[in-house]
Amino acid sequence: MIRQVRTIGFFALSVMFACFFHAVFAGDITGAGATFPYPVYAKWAEAYKAKTGVSLNYQSIGSGGGIKQIEANTVDFGASDMPLKEEELQKDGLVQWPMIMGGVVPVVNIAGIKKGEIKLTGEVLANIYLGSIKKWNDPAIVKINEGLKLPDQDVAVVHRSDGSGTTFLFTNYLAKVSKDWMGKVGNNTSVEWPAGIGGKGNEGVANFTAQTPGAIGYVEYAYALQNKLAYVQMANHDGKFVLPRSESFQTAAENADWANAPGFYLVLTDQPGANSWPITGASFILMHKEQDHPDRAKTALAFFSWCFANGANMAEKLDYIPIPGSVVKIVKNVWLKDIKGKDGNAVYFAE
Amino acid sequence: MSTSMETMAGPVGIVNNGRVPETGKADFPLPSGIRFEKPFRILTRLSAILIISMMAGIFILLALESVPVFHKFGFSFITSSSWNPVSNKFGALASIVGTLTTSFIAVLFGVPLALGSALFLNELCPFKLRSTLSTMIELLAAIPSIIYGMWGLFVMVPIMSHFIQPAMIKHLGHIPYVGVLFQGPPFGIGTLTAGLILSVMILPFIASVSLQAFATVPASLREAAYGTGANVWEVCRNILIPFTKTSLIGAIMLGLGRALGETMAVTFVIGNAHRLSVSLLAPGTTISATLANEFAEAFGDTYIASLLALGLVLFVITFVILMITRLLLLYDKRRIPI
Amino acid sequence: MKPDPSVLLRRRIVNYCMLVLFTVAIVISIGALTAILWKLSFSGLQAFSPDVFLKSTPAPGSSGGLLNAILGSVILIVTAMVAAIPLGVLAGTYLAEYGRTSKLGDVIRFCNDILLSAPSIIIGLFIYGIIVLPSKHFSGWAGAASLCLIAIPVIVRTSEDMLRLVPDSLREAGVALGCPYWKMIVKIGWRSARPGIMTGILLALARISGETAPLLFTSLNNQFSTLNMNVPIASLPIVIFQFAMSPYKDWQNLAWAGAFLITITVLGLSIFARQMLSTKRRP
Repeated sequence: MIRQVRTIGFFALSVMFACFFHAVFAGDITGAGATFPYPVYAKWAEAYKAKTGVSLNYQSIGSGGGIKQIEANTVDFGASDMPLKEEELQKDGLVQWPMIMGGVVPVVNIAGIKKGEIKLTGEVLANIYLGSIKKWNDPAIVKINEGLKLPDQDVAVVHRSDGSGTTFLFTNYLAKVSKDWMGKVGNNTSVEWPAGIGGKGNEGVANFTAQTPGAIGYVEYAYALQNKLAYVQMANHDGKFVLPRSESFQTAAENADWANAPGFYLVLTDQPGANSWPITGASFILMHKEQDHPDRAKTALAFFSWCFANGANMAEKLDYIPIPGSVVKIVKNVWLKDIKGKDGNAVYFAE
Repeated sequence: MSTSMETMAGPVGIVNNGRVPETGKADFPLPSGIRFEKPFRILTRLSAILIISMMAGIFILLALESVPVFHKFGFSFITSSSWNPVSNKFGALASIVGTLTTSFIAVLFGVPLALGSALFLNELCPFKLRSTLSTMIELLAAIPSIIYGMWGLFVMVPIMSHFIQPAMIKHLGHIPYVGVLFQGPPFGIGTLTAGLILSVMILPFIASVSLQAFATVPASLREAAYGTGANVWEVCRNILIPFTKTSLIGAIMLGLGRALGETMAVTFVIGNAHRLSVSLLAPGTTISATLANEFAEAFGDTYIASLLALGLVLFVITFVILMITRLLLLYDKRRIPI
Repeated sequence: MKPDPSVLLRRRIVNYCMLVLFTVAIVISIGALTAILWKLSFSGLQAFSPDVFLKSTPAPGSSGGLLNAILGSVILIVTAMVAAIPLGVLAGTYLAEYGRTSKLGDVIRFCNDILLSAPSIIIGLFIYGIIVLPSKHFSGWAGAASLCLIAIPVIVRTSEDMLRLVPDSLREAGVALGCPYWKMIVKIGWRSARPGIMTGILLALARISGETAPLLFTSLNNQFSTLNMNVPIASLPIVIFQFAMSPYKDWQNLAWAGAFLITITVLGLSIFARQMLSTKRRP
């Protein structure tokens, strides 16, 4: 028996050593949070690794999880589409800044309806998610979609089951345009949904919507494109119906006054503008002000700085909106001022 | 026969009047390695006590963490179905009802399948096929639950949402009273699908224990029954099943216990909706699915404590089912090992 | 007295119907197994390529493999078993040798049965409470600990059962020849029950290879390979969970490949254990 145990032991050890040489080692930077920006963060991380060899381990577990992990200091940075308010940032000693912007897009799975064909208003969307509009040929939907053949099919509502910044943006918009929604459900990363099934992450919602006939869900635009889902035209603040495009996200983001927002707290839903997309938002990065591991923080900030400088093309290919250069300057000043090691020196060195 | 640590003893009785001789001071040559006797016994006893401490630890941890929750919400934690992380109000009713409903459906479909399979293997199956088929049934038990979840999501859900559920809604949805069970959009995902997958998961457990139980029925009883002209079904109904009644109930409880605690197979297909619905086609949630989905990202003391309190509820439910099973089996002298 | 032909007919019809139902039951059961294995093999083999063993998990849209997940699973399982085997065998030995009739033995057996049937997610919660919360981070150690706690009751149960099958006459012969009790346990008890105990270990191994729930909030997940147990570590079941629920086709394919790997490992171990038990058991 001892002999067999020995052989098994040697075998196991040698397997592990063999993998040792093949293995790519642990992420040098760890982060967790929103699924909203995950496609672009993953692309950036891949490119950065190819260039510098530094790897980024990002767990897309939802904004709620990202906030929790950075508060518990188990990761180098957290990512959330719901910006924290100034008081919360002060309480936990965190600093936040916007990293990328994008749009949340309702998507549907109705036989015969193609991308951008169906129109919805905020009010109708809220009623669908409240469960008061139950069928696709409900008069309220038919009224705004003249000429479109809508089937007598049950609406299968899909929402998020996890704590999500995408949900925050979506419910923020619904709360702005529907008093019913504001009163009954409210606006947060996780709400008590009156109807529908819950998918995990943007991926889960995209998956369920694609699989269920008659479904409607809400995802970040990159997920709608990647999964070839039929997106919806929405009526914006000015009453015009717009298609989700980087141009319409851009228009909505134009009016964002980042310089005067304390802690960069800014929510971009229901922005004015004839061509602006009503459910636009930014995704934020959270880091601690006082860094226990300044070298890791420095690596992380170097990565973000690289992304600001070189990531715009990759982001635009996925229809995200990069943060404008003027805002990047303000962000870097915040890094210099606020993110310090234990010795009081700033972690980030301006290039 | 004393087995205390201070006396030298074993299954053969007390030796040397029970005194442990000090090394080198006995009046007879001691067997070599005697000084390891005590340490070995202590070692095994400690390892065994570890088992108790594990179980006690689980119970104590869950109970301690749940105290503030019950303090805050009182009994309404169990009776309220409102699970709201935003307003920090948590009620476990939707999860508990979902757990009970899916397990009930699992037992409803799984028990006939399992008993039918076991009876087939026992009475109808040609000898050559018997061991192959029973091995195959036991292989069903070996398949990890995440595989059931994936298969459920990719194979069963489309079948349910495209064929079975629309048919149910069309034909059964209009029957008064019963019809409400079958209304709503055909998500495919939902309580019914989860229950069906669970029934396939628990059927091998019930089937293999039942098969073992049926094998203990004395041949003379069966042959006597056949001899007096009973046909196969009558033998099953009047001899096999009554004879093995307690074991069968034990097996069913075992399957029920499994169904209550099953996580992965259910999480994939339950739909994650913290709502009570009458319709079986609607999404719901179970305690384990809630824990699996929300634990990694729960923040806030109340939220985490509420999840741990949910875990306590599940632990208590499975504990009670197990206790009942053991009590039942205590009466059955033929102690089929489960 | 002539038997009533209508009653006979009714009995015959009922019998026939029930037998048909039995056959339907077994067909459904075997059919379910076949359907699952078929889908698994079909989708899993499709996605199989040498890359699966050579590359780590990719970002969506890129190609990759399951190396970090496989490596992580192996590390977790080996660590868990290294701790579980001695503890489990020793506890089973106590139950079979010293604690046959004692009150303590009964209590331990009861607790063991509870732990054996407890939902694995509860074990995960327990480890979360005693390892993850105090250390403030997810880690491979926590994951291994939860797998260990799941394996121990299985090993205890089978060790005790197998040791009990060793006849007392062998034990008495050993002690009568002057063997200390512990040595007798090791050299006679363990040696005789060795095939059975090995089977128990294999069954425990098969069981923890497929466990997902307890790893969800103990060892979390990791995009890259790591040998560091102090940080989150990838594991095959968790990666399958994440990839299967995603809408990306390449991730779903990898999930099927991983599922196929796990299933043949678990089924192979189970079949092997069963063979060992049936051919080598010497009561």
